[in-house]
Amino acid sequence: MHDDHDRPAASTRTVELVVAALIFAFGATVIWDSVRLGARWGADGPQAGYFPFYVGLLICLSTGVVFFRALTSRAQSSKPFVGRAALAQVMKMLVPSIGYAVLIKLVGIYVASTLFIAFFMRWLGKSPWAKTAAVALGVSVVFFLLFEIWFKVPLPKGPLEGWLGLD
Amino acid sequence: MAEITSLLHGFGVALSPFNVMLMFVGVVLGVIIGVLPGLGGANGVAILLPLTFTMPPTSAIIMLSCIYWGALFGGAITSILFNIPGEPWSVATTFDGYPLAQKGRAGNALAAAFTSSFVGALVAVILITFLSPVVAGFALRFGPPEFFSVYLLTFCAFVGMSKGQALKTITSMMIGFALAAVGLDTVTGQLRLTFGFTELLKGFDFLIAVIGLFGIGEILLTLEEGLAFKGARAKINVKVVLETWRELPRYWMTSLRSSAVGCFMGIVPGGATPASFMSYGVAKRFSREGEKFGTGQVEGVVAPETAAHAAGTSALLPMLTLGVPGSPTAAVLLGGLLIWGLQPGPLLFQEQTEFVWGLIASMYLGNIAGLIVVLTCVPLFAAILRIPFAIIAPVIIVICAIGAYTVHTSMFDVYLMLVFGVAGYVMRKLDYPLAPLVLALVLGDRAEDSFRQSMLLSQGDLSVFFSNALVGGLTGFALVLLFWPVLAAGLRKIRGG
Repeated sequence: MHDDHDRPAASTRTVELVVAALIFAFGATVIWDSVRLGARWGADGPQAGYFPFYVGLLICLSTGVVFFRALTSRAQSSKPFVGRAALAQVMKMLVPSIGYAVLIKLVGIYVASTLFIAFFMRWLGKSPWAKTAAVALGVSVVFFLLFEIWFKVPLPKGPLEGWLGLD
Repeated sequence: MAEITSLLHGFGVALSPFNVMLMFVGVVLGVIIGVLPGLGGANGVAILLPLTFTMPPTSAIIMLSCIYWGALFGGAITSILFNIPGEPWSVATTFDGYPLAQKGRAGNALAAAFTSSFVGALVAVILITFLSPVVAGFALRFGPPEFFSVYLLTFCAFVGMSKGQALKTITSMMIGFALAAVGLDTVTGQLRLTFGFTELLKGFDFLIAVIGLFGIGEILLTLEEGLAFKGARAKINVKVVLETWRELPRYWMTSLRSSAVGCFMGIVPGGATPASFMSYGVAKRFSREGEKFGTGQVEGVVAPETAAHAAGTSALLPMLTLGVPGSPTAAVLLGGLLIWGLQPGPLLFQEQTEFVWGLIASMYLGNIAGLIVVLTCVPLFAAILRIPFAIIAPVIIVICAIGAYTVHTSMFDVYLMLVFGVAGYVMRKLDYPLAPLVLALVLGDRAEDSFRQSMLLSQGDLSVFFSNALVGGLTGFALVLLFWPVLAAGLRKIRGG
């Protein structure tokens, strides 16, 4: 379906070809490593690479056919994989999520979560500051109580928790 | 009837105040998970699994299985009120459920959906009660070739029963097998596919894959489709419920057929999603009002919901008796069993009777609890979807990150979860099914072990998989299922020509 407002960022055919090629490469890697380990029949039965070898072979065979079909079929070619606006939406979620994962390592999960939720509410949700602060802090406090106090499951903490004496 | 005695004993275990409380907590959490985009039965249970490590196993599985029932119920709410299937198996429920809601009969549609879910689950639980001891007893005599043929059956069923392209199902499954092979090979002690990365030594944990593929992937997919949820309001009260219940007995034949379809698809791992579509199709063909399907027929809600719940429930039968899960969520529960130190499979029925029968009894009680909760609290759950997505989305990501971290207290798993999330998003968009990947990842090692053990027994002779009636029958059935689409087309040609 074509949407005039959202020009396609990539066609389904292109993505199909790229993904099939990537999975094929993955399959080839599996075969390569299996051959290194020995994919034959040893004196004491199948070697370590025996099973993965055929798994890799099947991956290469099936993605090979998928690739070839996508290459020759015209039916899919005009269908957009994702529109530009839609892709932008996805990126608005994905990029901050990656940032969030990095932030957990630096400042601990509670501070990172508070910042992450607040960022979203302000940036995408356009929430007022007071509401943003209340929700972002509230969620982290609830999680802190839930994991650290009630279930005694320690989560990664950073300098703030150390300074407050909470770890 | 030994089963009845065991079951009554099970009720004694399940009915302790603590367990009943956990049941309600589980169901409520499950419905919330089912309603929220990005959280579903499989990843919801996966995220909450680490919280149960310290609980007694029986209580833990009661809570987690109740989350599963709750999620099965919850999927119907969003399908009917918002035309958004909260779970893949409730896609077929939108066909008639949403038109009903638009006609102002949302209450009836919901009451019908919940009641038929309950009926489907009940049929499946009765089946589990009486069939699982038999299957378990039978499976006690299984050797490696028999177990391998059961695994083969599981995987072939997925390929043969898949709705989309069989090649993509195979690809997805093989990726799962390849990921399962990563790490230390238990037989030879060699390192496979680690390429020198120490993080890969312990292999890929399927819980991380489940959280990423289903959780993060789903969120990304939801975002793309836009942020606003516009939904119908539901008025559900005693009058509407009673009115619907008076109407439902008319569809007894549809219920019966859908339960049968659901139980079959759950045990032979086809899963709840194909079961719901298949049952909708069958009901449409056989119903006297078949041509009106899609315009808002209660029967069109009854059929997929009954089948989905029957399949979702009966998927636990092979998980308990053989250690072969019939669905991704059953696979996560199986992972839980292993973590609590229980070995799923036929011996469970002999060595852990309290656990097994407590769980089976809790299936009856959990579904009753579920029916009560959903019938009384629909407006509350529907309100969750009215919370702005800019709040819901980051909170779900935070929950997924915590879930991924707590599995092995490892930051690497959080990054891995994001990678799986992007993979899940792309695979879903290109119609690569995710369930076969997860099942292969869970069963890969054991399937391989049983294959290698069989090969050692037979000294490399593949005919061991046809060496007696039992293993030959299972392998044969597996092959029939694998080539089912081809066979079915052939049969049609013979009949038509």
